[in-house]
Amino acid sequence: MLSFVIRRTFYAIPALIAVSFISFMVIALPPGDFVDRLAQERAALGDTMTATEIQSLRAAYGLDRPVLTQYWTWISGIVLRGDFGYSFSWNLPVSEVIWPRIGLTVVLSVASLLFIWVVAIPIGIYSAVRRYSVGDYVFTFIGFLGLAIPNFLLALAVMYVAFTVFGQHVGGLFSPQYVEAPWSWGKVMDLFAHLWLPMIVLGTAGTANVIRVIRANLIDEVRKPYVTAARAKGMVETRLLLKYPVRHALNPFVSSQNDIFVDIISGGTIVAIVMGLQTTGPLLLDALRTQDMNMAASFILMLSVLVVLGTLLSDLVLGWLDPRIRYQQG
Amino acid sequence: MTSSDTLLDISDLSIDFTTRNGPVRVVDGLTLSLPRGKTVCLVGESGCGKSVTAKSILRVLDLQAKITSGTIRLGDSDITALHLDSPELRAVRGGKIGMIHQEPMSFLSPLYTVGNQIIEALQLHRKIDAKTARAAAIDMLRQVGMPEPETRVDRYVFELSGGQRQRAMIAMALICQPRLLIADEPTTALDVTTQANILDLLRRLQAEQGMAVLFITHDLGVVEEIADEVAVMYLGRIVEQGPAAEVLANPKHPYTRGLLASMPRLDGDFNRPLRAIPGMVPAPANRPSGCPFRTRCDIARAGICDTHVPEAVTVGTDHSAACHALGEFASQFALPATALQPAAVATNVSTAKALPLLRVERLTKVFPIRKGFLERTVGHVRAVSEVSFTIARGETLGLVGESGCGKSTLARTLVGLHRADGGTITFEAEDGPIDIHTAKGAIARTLRRDMRMVFQDPTGSLNPRMRVRDIIGEVLEVNTTMSRAEIYTRVEALLGEVGLSPDYATRYPHAFSGGQRQRIAIARALASNPRLVIADEAVSALDVSVQTQIINLMKRLQENLGLTYLFVSHDLGVIANVSDRVAVMYAGRIVEMGATEAIFHTPCHPYTEALLAAIPGKGRRMNPSLRIEGHAPSGGATERGCAFAVRCRYASTQCRSSVPVLRPTGSGQVVACHRADDLSLASPVRAA
Repeated sequence: MLSFVIRRTFYAIPALIAVSFISFMVIALPPGDFVDRLAQERAALGDTMTATEIQSLRAAYGLDRPVLTQYWTWISGIVLRGDFGYSFSWNLPVSEVIWPRIGLTVVLSVASLLFIWVVAIPIGIYSAVRRYSVGDYVFTFIGFLGLAIPNFLLALAVMYVAFTVFGQHVGGLFSPQYVEAPWSWGKVMDLFAHLWLPMIVLGTAGTANVIRVIRANLIDEVRKPYVTAARAKGMVETRLLLKYPVRHALNPFVSSQNDIFVDIISGGTIVAIVMGLQTTGPLLLDALRTQDMNMAASFILMLSVLVVLGTLLSDLVLGWLDPRIRYQQG
Repeated sequence: MTSSDTLLDISDLSIDFTTRNGPVRVVDGLTLSLPRGKTVCLVGESGCGKSVTAKSILRVLDLQAKITSGTIRLGDSDITALHLDSPELRAVRGGKIGMIHQEPMSFLSPLYTVGNQIIEALQLHRKIDAKTARAAAIDMLRQVGMPEPETRVDRYVFELSGGQRQRAMIAMALICQPRLLIADEPTTALDVTTQANILDLLRRLQAEQGMAVLFITHDLGVVEEIADEVAVMYLGRIVEQGPAAEVLANPKHPYTRGLLASMPRLDGDFNRPLRAIPGMVPAPANRPSGCPFRTRCDIARAGICDTHVPEAVTVGTDHSAACHALGEFASQFALPATALQPAAVATNVSTAKALPLLRVERLTKVFPIRKGFLERTVGHVRAVSEVSFTIARGETLGLVGESGCGKSTLARTLVGLHRADGGTITFEAEDGPIDIHTAKGAIARTLRRDMRMVFQDPTGSLNPRMRVRDIIGEVLEVNTTMSRAEIYTRVEALLGEVGLSPDYATRYPHAFSGGQRQRIAIARALASNPRLVIADEAVSALDVSVQTQIINLMKRLQENLGLTYLFVSHDLGVIANVSDRVAVMYAGRIVEMGATEAIFHTPCHPYTEALLAAIPGKGRRMNPSLRIEGHAPSGGATERGCAFAVRCRYASTQCRSSVPVLRPTGSGQVVACHRADDLSLASPVRAA
């Protein structure tokens, strides 16, 4: 197992290097930069910047140097000092802006993932075991509905219901008094009070997806010979189901979790804007619009790192679950 | 038989499968009783309902199967009346009745260690703490002959060899000391040597524990080896049953006789053609009226067999058969002595076959072993090591050995599916010899037309998305200039030649049975008028009667078309009946080669002797010490000493230090054994 963990972790390193390079290039290569954008805005206000001004601003931000040098400065700052550079539009170090947002994004994504598991796994098992029963059809129907409705639409509907029916404060992850407040017990409780709405909205599509994956895998597995063999040993059905076919069906489920995680993070942007969440999505969009290079690249890098880590994690879980992966590739 | 001797009594059992077209009866009024402490073999071709019957005893039938009538009595309780979720039924499953299956790889979960699954079986039926249970599991593994049980208990099923897997499954079934063991084809997937060991083991365990065994098999050799009583099953009914020795020596039902006649023959004249039962088992949905066997029976009488269902008739002590020819209608069957006409196969005993067609010299195929982080090559497996032989025109060379001995690799290297790493292969084409290695362009195309291959698995080797005519015609399309119409005409002729209707040309492979698919595969191999056909386990996946049909077909085609065969098989019976000469392979080398009669009657290599001793039905007559343990080394040939020395009972110090080379013996074969001259080896196979 240890050699498996080391090997998988080792494989993640080149992926991370490539991801960081591509994140930066995606932002740096298109024509125009933050200074162009600034000059445009000023010009629109009637305050035309001179060529010297533009030039000196560019020099100040380091935008006049070759792209590879800029990448090197940026990435070496991150790796060596945890310094993500300076956000041009916020006039703050990127790390000060980015960390709280990433933190909230991770909290929300993990919450959505847990929501998916708690809801989808039992339903998936039920649907597979009681195939073609009324319950199976009902869950399948609801599942497809969840898959078909766009997240942002669901967000609007849920917000409307929560506001009009329950009179709950909707939008954002905190009540107004806590937004700028330092972390406290009250703030954490407030976060949980707000978290469930976006969690359900973000989790719905994933839930439908996971129900289908588990149902399909389990239907294949319950017909396998080893289930007959276990039954012939005299096992109780429930225990048999959980120990053998469910455990086997978890494999494709675990490997599909990373895709769902990516969906939650990237699909979250529109929902976050609709619901006014303080996650990375809206900020990334702004950074891209204003060509705030360090900010945008850092965001993309961090999100990509999360995806690479997610893949690593699901691979490790797979290795832990399935001895065939552990031993046969070892 | 008195009822106190009876352990399990199945009476009038019927099982239906629910299908889209309504229920289909797969077991039809089956009555069978299993005596205490005895082995009963249930025999029949696939599709006869043997496994369904076995599963119904534990009520572990698949969802679509349903017991519609009958009782299964174990002591005082009727298993069919128990609720599926009842503790009583669970006590029967695994506790009173244990079960082992054909494929341990799919019947044991790969996600848990074998120890975990054995301990679980024990703890389900006994209140016992984990430590004691583990000790019991290790002890059980030791009893079933698992080497190093203390470490193997923590292994996963995929880390064990085939024989060890089956031992682990037997340990799991026997750990609760059941009174009945149901064994569903437990040795079918094993090598003949491993099969012999497992059969010995089952016999020993049965004697020690005094349990009854219901042994399901399609192999009458295995029946001869292990059975006290035998029940022959056809389309869901028992057609004949009685003491094994009596039924095998004096079969009454035409089906039993047909099965016995189609078994590859090891005693007597190898060249005498085998008699196959015509056709195949019909699907249960198409069960013929009256006697279900009448469509394949050569003594069936209209007006009797198609209208009346035959009842079992007593034909001897405890021996009964369900056939009208034995019952009240017996007088209307003028039973001719030659009831079963031998299939029209001309026998050609060694005509002039001197000219070689294929010459193989010092052929070597090496596979790299890759390991670690960067998949570096850390070693090599010599799958085929310096193999030399020739195949003469029109002859059949049989290539035999355990799995992993390199016989398939050799076959695949000959047709160019692997690239040889050393040695030469020369094919004598019509316009001069061709070196297979260096052949290019038009010469390589000649080779592809002249050398064709038939594979083991006809399901996997026929593209399911292509029609039969395109599957067969493809080789002509690629290698010749024939027009589409010409190709289709040729395909229809080929289908006729392999005994299929020309209408089948437009169908897809899934519409055919295993035997028919193999006929299609043979038609494809013949499409380009080849001169050499390499058959890699071409009949191994088929039922015995279908296997015999295919063997007879291949022999007839050889006769008519002057074909030359390289016939690869692990089945010694098949090899004996198809081959003019036999090469025995072990660990990548040919260890013995010679005329079929010489190999089977006067083996000169200890490995050949051990293989022959392992043939089921023969072992009982032999010295049991001829059984060999273990399996062929997957590492291929070692460079120091004879690869077989570790398993050889005759090995000397010389065997462990120098590699023996093939040299001629007095009895006409060549053998690679240091001690060939001073050994006098036994064969269970009698001459004619």
